[in-house]
Amino acid sequence: MSAERLVAEPVNYLTDGWTIRSWLLTHDHKRIGLLYLASITGFFFLGGAAAALIRFNLLTPEGALVSAETYNRLFTMHGIIMVWFFLVPAVPVTLGNFIVPLMIGARDLAFPRLNLFSWYLFMIGGLVALYALFFGGVDTGWTLYTPLSTSYAKGHVVAAVVGIFISGFSSIATGLNFMITIHRLRAPGMTWFRMPLFLWSLYATSVIMVLATPVLAMTLILLSLERLFGIGIFDPALGGDPLLFQHLFWFYSHPAVYIMILPGMGVVSEIVTTFARKKVFGYKFIAWASIAIAVIGFFVWGHHMFVAGQSLYASLVFSILSYLVAVPSAIKVFNWLGTLHKGTIRFDAPMLYALGFIGLFTIGGLTGLFLASLVVDVHVTQTYFIVAHFHYIMVGGMVSAFFGGLHYWWPKITGRIYPEMWGRVAAILIFFGFNLTFFPQFILGYLGMPRRYHSYAPEFQILNILSTAGSTILAAAYLLPLGYLTWSLVWGERAPANPWRATGLEWRTPSPPPTENFAEIPTVTEEAYNYPPPEVAQQHG
Amino acid sequence: MSGWFVPAASSSGIEVDHLFWALLAISTAVMALVFGLMALYVVRYRAGSPIDRGSLAEKSWVFEIAWTSATLLVFLGLFVWGADLYVRLYQPPGGALKLNVVGKQWMWKIEHPAGQREINALHIPVDTPIELIMTSEDVIHDFAIPAFRVKHDVLPGRYETLWFQATRTGDFHLFCTQFCGTDHAAMIGEVDVMTQPDYQHWLDAEAPAETLAAAGAELFRRYGCSGCHEGGSTAKAPVLDGLYGSPVPLEDGRMVTADDRYLRDAIIQPDGERVAGFAPLMPSYAGQIGEEDLFELIAYLKSRAPAKEQP
Repeated sequence: MSAERLVAEPVNYLTDGWTIRSWLLTHDHKRIGLLYLASITGFFFLGGAAAALIRFNLLTPEGALVSAETYNRLFTMHGIIMVWFFLVPAVPVTLGNFIVPLMIGARDLAFPRLNLFSWYLFMIGGLVALYALFFGGVDTGWTLYTPLSTSYAKGHVVAAVVGIFISGFSSIATGLNFMITIHRLRAPGMTWFRMPLFLWSLYATSVIMVLATPVLAMTLILLSLERLFGIGIFDPALGGDPLLFQHLFWFYSHPAVYIMILPGMGVVSEIVTTFARKKVFGYKFIAWASIAIAVIGFFVWGHHMFVAGQSLYASLVFSILSYLVAVPSAIKVFNWLGTLHKGTIRFDAPMLYALGFIGLFTIGGLTGLFLASLVVDVHVTQTYFIVAHFHYIMVGGMVSAFFGGLHYWWPKITGRIYPEMWGRVAAILIFFGFNLTFFPQFILGYLGMPRRYHSYAPEFQILNILSTAGSTILAAAYLLPLGYLTWSLVWGERAPANPWRATGLEWRTPSPPPTENFAEIPTVTEEAYNYPPPEVAQQHG
Repeated sequence: MSGWFVPAASSSGIEVDHLFWALLAISTAVMALVFGLMALYVVRYRAGSPIDRGSLAEKSWVFEIAWTSATLLVFLGLFVWGADLYVRLYQPPGGALKLNVVGKQWMWKIEHPAGQREINALHIPVDTPIELIMTSEDVIHDFAIPAFRVKHDVLPGRYETLWFQATRTGDFHLFCTQFCGTDHAAMIGEVDVMTQPDYQHWLDAEAPAETLAAAGAELFRRYGCSGCHEGGSTAKAPVLDGLYGSPVPLEDGRMVTADDRYLRDAIIQPDGERVAGFAPLMPSYAGQIGEEDLFELIAYLKSRAPAKEQP
């Protein structure tokens, strides 16, 4: 077998051109996905380094490491990098870019050049933001609240904002590309309700990207106008309204939370069915839940403003809508459990990540109920309770799903098998390290410790030490995959076309796929996840 | 551990805690269900297990409707519970002791009606409703007292209010919880809840030369307000005697109550809510009068309406 491959290994997308130019000017969605993967990995570790410094500073009540000014810049850097340059793009532009055309049986996305252009926009935006954050710094927090950001903050606020603004267009381009691809390029027989759920979640994500991101762009323009030219929009001293900024900002940034988590939910749906070897429970409910989240998610932004001075009635309405948006998330969790029921469950690394996601996302979602309930929000908002809550969703949930998806599709992407034992060790370490880092923060928040504090009251120290201890485990656990996945690129076992014996068109083409994805466009004749799949080797594709 | 979960030290805070513990109980139950089922299924239906998986056909609609409606019901109940408390927390009771709060980078300034001033400290009597009228001189701050389970943003250019009633004496943390720049973490203080006699002693010991209203009376002349609003010249400007707390008919036909917010806005932007029957002659004082002076002016106006303390 191996001798045969040495003789006549078919050209795949990785071996189809070796020059730097063939990568930087590629129109192949798979190569662009890898360009993005390299970029967001860089951003992830930069943002993570900032987080590590934050945690170490909080080892002592007076601040162990850095000055207040540096501390404020660190958490701003952490937030801006992680939100806009890791979490928002993470799954869509890497796994999505790579897998969407394969999953629907297409040769590429609808607009390959736009796809490449979006990567350049992302990189330009990212580099401008990094310039702002590293050469001058920004100390507003990622939320950029006015009038602090427009009239008082020192540092490179406008440059950071320009970076975010530019990368926003990369989001819009990606969203458009996915929507049109899913509408127009599905393989024959791939009806909407035969699509894998990952596609439904990415479709919902794309709708939000296209509709919400322009609002962020406008908001950032207004912010820059006020900061640069003193045009009174948000600062009351100039005749503006500071709450207007918060309304506009959260009108984007709350839906953006769903941009971050919906793709993760899609990944988990794929993994759970594959490793339970069973048709997904409640396919249509999971699919429509994604759409419901995307729609209702546009009408809950005011729950960030229960103590900000918005009207009583607005707060009541936003409270009940926030409960409503939690219903489709609950539906998904129950359906994943239903899928496990009577399955034939294997515990490969992707499944461990997916199970971790379900647990951590559930904790994040339940603590969201505390925040939707008005008075409890009044007590715990702007404390470490909030920090813990959204890290359970974003890091415990989303980052776990990203790693799960990365391991799941790694054989397809690279043509290599990652070392399974290391994968499991990392998944388990991440789960425990994460909980040790963030669970104590719920208690800290209930006790009243405010977020974004460089120093704190002495009675909060024990819980902070626990959290920092957890973060060292988490950091090590995140470095592991960087090591063994890179190792597998060279020494990993060669992957067959369908190592997990999964359904789905992406497994019906060799690993790694040829540049044109499929020698012949497949025809779909059945629903997704029709396990157990026919035991026909599809290796000759 | 024992020091961690101290009950709230305010009347509303105790009710907030009840809802918090209920939420915690529900969350724990749901987590037990989710983690329990997950553990049960992955063990029972692991790939190596020979267990009979029976027919795979499952009635998914019944389950979907059951868990969706159960979730909705629980959520609605939680909403009503939280909303009821929030509505009550939103509206200060009549007869509250009103204190002024000015936030600035990076300190809290507090003014008592009799003229006592303090910085990064708040002395209040126990078992008395306290209403804070708060504003900021620069960016958005947030006045938070975790032990009372209350916090509210303090905005520049407007008055926000926050009320509570302490139920225990002692010292409690006061934090700024809206990120406000470099020394945000140093914008902290102490709330000292005292018995009534102790509070009276404190007031006496700190008694200043003049009350807020007396200081406001001086400002009323210094800023030239008296030129139009005093004595015989009332054709040009409304009389201010008895104004505080009374209804004011506006030029645009609306009726508003002359409370702290209205008076502040009327000084800063006189044309915004102009009194019916008066020409727009008054200049804007935006940027001319500091927040503490504004509080004193309003205290003075308040003192000219002794019968109507409560708007």
